[in-house]
Amino acid sequence: METPNSFNEQFEFSGKAKTRSLVAIAIGVLVIALGFFTGYAERTFANLLLMGYYFTCVCIVGVVFCAIQYAAQAGWSASLLRIPQTFIKVLPYAAVLLLLIVAAGIYFTHPIITEETSKHVTGPYLYKEWALKGITTPGSDVYDAKIAGKSGYLNIPFFFIRLLGYLGGYSIFGLLLVKYSNNEDELGGMFNYKKSFTIACAFLAVFGFTVPLFAFDTIMSLDAHWFSTMFGWYNFAAMWVSGLSVMTLLMIYLKKQGYFTWITTDHLHNMGQFMFGFSIFWTYLWFAQYLLMYYANIPEEAAYFYKRWEPEFQPWFWFNIVINFLAPFLVLMARDSKRAVGVLQAACVILILGHWLDYFMMVMPGTVGPQSYWYTEIGWIEVGTFIGFAGLFSFLFFNALSKVKSLVPKNHPFLQESLHHHI
Amino acid sequence: MSSTKFILGLFDDPDDMMHGIDKLQKNSIPIYDVYTPMPIHGIEAKLGIKDSRLGYAAFMFGCLGGTTIFILIYYFLVHDWPMNIGGKPHFAVPDFIPATFEWSVLFASFGMGFTFFYATHLFPGRAPRVMDFRATNDRFVIAIDAKGNIPHDDITNLLKEAGAVEVKHNDRKYVSYE
Repeated sequence: METPNSFNEQFEFSGKAKTRSLVAIAIGVLVIALGFFTGYAERTFANLLLMGYYFTCVCIVGVVFCAIQYAAQAGWSASLLRIPQTFIKVLPYAAVLLLLIVAAGIYFTHPIITEETSKHVTGPYLYKEWALKGITTPGSDVYDAKIAGKSGYLNIPFFFIRLLGYLGGYSIFGLLLVKYSNNEDELGGMFNYKKSFTIACAFLAVFGFTVPLFAFDTIMSLDAHWFSTMFGWYNFAAMWVSGLSVMTLLMIYLKKQGYFTWITTDHLHNMGQFMFGFSIFWTYLWFAQYLLMYYANIPEEAAYFYKRWEPEFQPWFWFNIVINFLAPFLVLMARDSKRAVGVLQAACVILILGHWLDYFMMVMPGTVGPQSYWYTEIGWIEVGTFIGFAGLFSFLFFNALSKVKSLVPKNHPFLQESLHHHI
Repeated sequence: MSSTKFILGLFDDPDDMMHGIDKLQKNSIPIYDVYTPMPIHGIEAKLGIKDSRLGYAAFMFGCLGGTTIFILIYYFLVHDWPMNIGGKPHFAVPDFIPATFEWSVLFASFGMGFTFFYATHLFPGRAPRVMDFRATNDRFVIAIDAKGNIPHDDITNLLKEAGAVEVKHNDRKYVSYE
């Protein structure tokens, strides 16, 4: 290389980045507290679940990204692997936070109206459609035969066992990949790379079967009467696109700050292709789910979209397609725009906000229901919670990154290929 | 004035050929084109070749395909012979999307294929013409337009110095596989 890269340079987390992420966390905490104390507890819980899920998904993408690169024996990405590896290090925090939110949402109760029987009862803040006390007991006031039929799978203890299983499993696989990569730095040789390959393949097999279930449990069970087999893959696509966007945005940011000097336009071009391609994939799955239900028009299926077609949600329903399909499609299609850092950065921001809206459309209609107007759907609680979690993610990410000894896996067998990547 | 139209420098090593390009460019000799049996990274930038506009052609063909089928379905299912399918409105846009998507892909791929054939003179059934047969086998060929260029011997020497295994002075531009 013409310019020597300092592989041993460490990231320093201080100054503006640290202040800003701490301020964002403070804003988030303040907004969440205000939300609880000003009578918007249910809406705040829904937002916490939304952002907790989003946060966890972005961190899971770190594991998926590393695993795909190892399983495919990809060369181009070798010098970037420390970034997704740092996502993995944040994953355990995200997982604990998500579990806490879900547990609190089920544990704390408030007066609600049941959906099927329209009765005034006391129910949990989250998962009220199936976690309501007595909903599976025949003869009870709130007995719901459909939920009782699903209770073999959808009951509180098994629900938590599953969540723990997914999140713990993904974290362990991810941390193993990080561990092997660190060992490789110290020892060299192919031994750790081969182990990473095995673990990556095992993870991808496990992940492929369990990630739809993770989405079914965490998000789809908010609308427990409804089900869609597309939902898991649709959520995976959203997770993958948003995670790639966050990763690309951080790559651009770190490069601008003078770190990762070896990241070139060619690496960013690849990330842009990933984002572009999987945005189309997301659209395909979103539309496949929608079209079949539209065409068949079976009441129990259409109910899901009926809720999302309430006048308060409808503008956001359409905007979801514009921001997650049309925007990346038109912005990222040309080769030149994937290679222009400014354009790519804008696309990342669009997609991060877009998939927030996507998750918003999955969570809100089934938890809080419509507000007074379409434009009050997204208010200070939504914005504040988003800012808080964004701050939390960046704080944990940069903090973990500052503890990484070398910003590049020094002894990765494909490192040279990545440093000379050219497309 | 000789009858030479093109001077070809044949190299058996891509690095030598790249070196030859450098030498010619240093001596301000315009290069007509370079033919290699395999893709060589960075050669487009070196020769100053503009990016291919094939993608834009594909996009336009895709738009054409999508528009065509959308208009056709509209004519069939809304205008000419409206049918009640599952109680849906006649102009049920979501039902039109899969066919629109398929035709966009079909037109984009065929359109891109034919544009490529047109741009490279590779029509099916036509024997391709090349400047040197071995450029598709084991030789890396630099072609220089002989007209108006400084004494041909100088170019020959430059190419030889750069490591060309053979320098040809051709009276015809192309040879054909026919």
